[in-house]
Amino acid sequence: MKKLIKGNDAIAMAAIEAGCRFYYGYPITPQNDIPEYLAREFPKIGGTFLQAESEIGAINMILGSAAAGKRAMISSSGPGISLMQEGISYMSGSEIPAVIVNIQRSGPGLGGISPSQGDYFQATRGGGHGDYRTPVFAPSSVQEMYDLTFLAFDVADEYRNPVVVLADGMLGQMKEPLDLRHPPQRELPEKTWALTGCAGRKPQLLKSLYLGHRELDKHCWDLWKKYQRIISREIRFEEVETKDADLVVVAFGSAARISKTAVKDARKEGLKVGLFRPISLWPYPEQRLEELAKTAKAFLVVELNTGQMVEDVKMSVGKDKPIHFYGRPPGADALPMPIEILDQIREVYP
Amino acid sequence: MSQDKPAREPRLVNPRPRTLIDRPSHFCPGCHHGIIHRLVAEAIDYFNVRERAIGVASVGCSVFLYDFMDTDVLEAPHGRASAAATGMRRALPDKVIYTYQGDGDLAAIGTAEIIHTANRGETISVVFVNNTNYGMTGGQMAPTTLLGQKTTTTPYGRDFRRDGYPIRMAEMLATLEGVAFSARGAVNKPANVRRTRELIRRAFEVQLKGIGLGFVEVLSACPTDWGLKPLEAIKRVEEELIPYYPLGIFKDKKEADHL
Amino acid sequence: MHSREKMYSDVMMAGFGGQGILLIGNLLAEAALLEEYEVTYLPSYGVEMRGGTANCTVVISDTEIGSPQVSAPEVMLVMSQAAAERFEPNVKPNGLLIANSTLVEVGKFSRKDLEMVCLPFNKIATEMGNSRFANMVALGAYLGKRPLVKLESIGQVLKENLTGKKAEFIPMNMKAIEKGIELVSKSGG
Ligand SMILES: Cc1ncc(C[n+]2csc(CCOP(=O)(O)OP(=O)(O)O)c2C)c(N)n1
Ligand code: SF4
Ligand SMILES: [Mg+2]
Repeated sequence: MKKLIKGNDAIAMAAIEAGCRFYYGYPITPQNDIPEYLAREFPKIGGTFLQAESEIGAINMILGSAAAGKRAMISSSGPGISLMQEGISYMSGSEIPAVIVNIQRSGPGLGGISPSQGDYFQATRGGGHGDYRTPVFAPSSVQEMYDLTFLAFDVADEYRNPVVVLADGMLGQMKEPLDLRHPPQRELPEKTWALTGCAGRKPQLLKSLYLGHRELDKHCWDLWKKYQRIISREIRFEEVETKDADLVVVAFGSAARISKTAVKDARKEGLKVGLFRPISLWPYPEQRLEELAKTAKAFLVVELNTGQMVEDVKMSVGKDKPIHFYGRPPGADALPMPIEILDQIREVYP
Repeated sequence: MSQDKPAREPRLVNPRPRTLIDRPSHFCPGCHHGIIHRLVAEAIDYFNVRERAIGVASVGCSVFLYDFMDTDVLEAPHGRASAAATGMRRALPDKVIYTYQGDGDLAAIGTAEIIHTANRGETISVVFVNNTNYGMTGGQMAPTTLLGQKTTTTPYGRDFRRDGYPIRMAEMLATLEGVAFSARGAVNKPANVRRTRELIRRAFEVQLKGIGLGFVEVLSACPTDWGLKPLEAIKRVEEELIPYYPLGIFKDKKEADHL
Repeated sequence: MHSREKMYSDVMMAGFGGQGILLIGNLLAEAALLEEYEVTYLPSYGVEMRGGTANCTVVISDTEIGSPQVSAPEVMLVMSQAAAERFEPNVKPNGLLIANSTLVEVGKFSRKDLEMVCLPFNKIATEMGNSRFANMVALGAYLGKRPLVKLESIGQVLKENLTGKKAEFIPMNMKAIEKGIELVSKSGG
């Protein structure tokens, strides 16, 4: 039976269902429900919840538990995610899988606590130093907060890579009916690389330092090959009425959720409008957008920032079709209303 | 709801310090941040250094320092106020630099910064507000949370086997050579307010005399996140906080003798 | 599964922190889920320091819900003066505005197209024995006007949420809700 659940709690529940028993974090709004939920529930099931002294401590604690072969998760927002970038870079370099949840708030700096999509670049371009990528999943409902977190654990383990779940304050705080379902079982490789003590085998090493002759470039190309595998297999998106659409609205996460209503209302007015919603932000569904560019006459990108994903849309669509942008960086009324987006649709409709 | 009425007609024995901006407080009822702000403002007035003073606000309910202090104020990232203050001190040798930091800010995420700032003997004044939790984010555990204390991240009470022990910053920092003055006060009753006023003043004085870093920890009530009424919160400071966090002066150097 | 006409309904509830606004919004949303509707509940959130406003939007529908954020809610419940001033302009044309006249200056409303229900929820609750139940009387007024979910469903949710010692508050909550329903049906609407 479905239950009415808050988005942040859904993420904590997914972690438990996915077998994660190690969570480290540090308080920050608007994601505190996640640590608070696990602080309550983990002790009952033998899980480890630990509030670290900082996000720098926390990310390295999950690095440690994950290096031991355990499923581990961390969650934070804005400034906290920034502090974790060094650790995420090390985990990517050492190929240590874990799930990193970013319930976005607004920046730069201390910014504010209202929902935002200002961390798109940070999440999809690696975020820290060096030549790496992390898969990024962007939920747009409470059910997806759960489903994509669960999926993130599987994807992380399959490719030995950190995976980011990129949501925001709206999705974290809203409540919707949730079904605690499990995704189709994946065939996951055994964690033979985990550090568990060398009894019965040769000592192992997890590291990202490569100083030998041509060692590091080989390592980077190996990672690149892995990223190509991820690109070929983990792209996800949703389409609403795009088949005959003259105008395609492109949005992810909560912006997509709000846009959905605007698109439906536009249809009622007889405008041929569709919605394209990337679910994986890296790898980005560029091929499908390229195809849509053949049938659609124009695109409207809606984001809760001053323009980040729009660059990926431009890259995918090319120069032949007009790409409009409606940006809504957080303000006093943090979220755009569907009517605002509908107004934009009417304005740019080809 | 019902406020304690003062027995006598109130009269202004203590006018608002020049350095404290005249505007309604937006702290919760019974919060001690407001009183501590005032004591800092009084110290700045006492030495008549308002125009030379630069505050470094930390992240927490304390961040709103910039709304109340009539001095220049820099907002530092969470935990980094003392590092930012170091940068200011080095850039502006003749100014008066003070930080105002919560216990999450200074004793958790900013521990490395405060220890090294203190160890370098930066001539700054640090006011450390210990309310045994993270106020602004909704009452999570802080390093200063007492054993057994329930917070949103210690729903079954703080257990030393998992979360270690409440940390005593004033005593710990007193061991560092660069610290000229280290003390702990409270503002839960008039006598303690008066005492703490002296402590904060001295924390500025050691800076002005170039002796080293001045540090004052102030025990502070957070009725909202403690789930207590203002008067109950004051009682908790007396009955639970002070026994674990003794008030007093842990170090008071008369001159920069380490030189 | 329910066999009803295609249904969509939204309501925004607003006041200040501590009035139990989020609580009644949540209660309504849970009752709707119990009756197998699609539902979204979107609260405002802020820093811990007091003095903030509290509001939430509840959307109930029998098909997939797009935005949980509503441009112009059909029903608006305001429990404080600040909320009344801020949100009156947002109500959908010809919508319903329910106001807590204990704290809202009803004379200041300017919209002429709206259906108005103005009741002193705090006063009513105080007369019933405890002003803390003002939010429940207000929820009752809403349910009296928009009987989307059954009273039994609300009761069921209360039973699930108020367990142990808190269970003793269930009858009082129900009475307050019933009072609200009664008052709006008496006034004819
Ligand atoms: C890097 C980073 N992590 C987390 C936060 C969220 N945050 C804001 S205030 C705060 C804690 C405040 O607690 P404290 O320093 O004790 O101050 P108080 O509010 O209790 O006065 C935290 C963790 C942040 N702003 N930046
Ligand atoms: S939350 Fe606590 S520290 Fe913050 S203003 Fe309220 S009482 Fe003060
Ligand atoms: Mg604190």
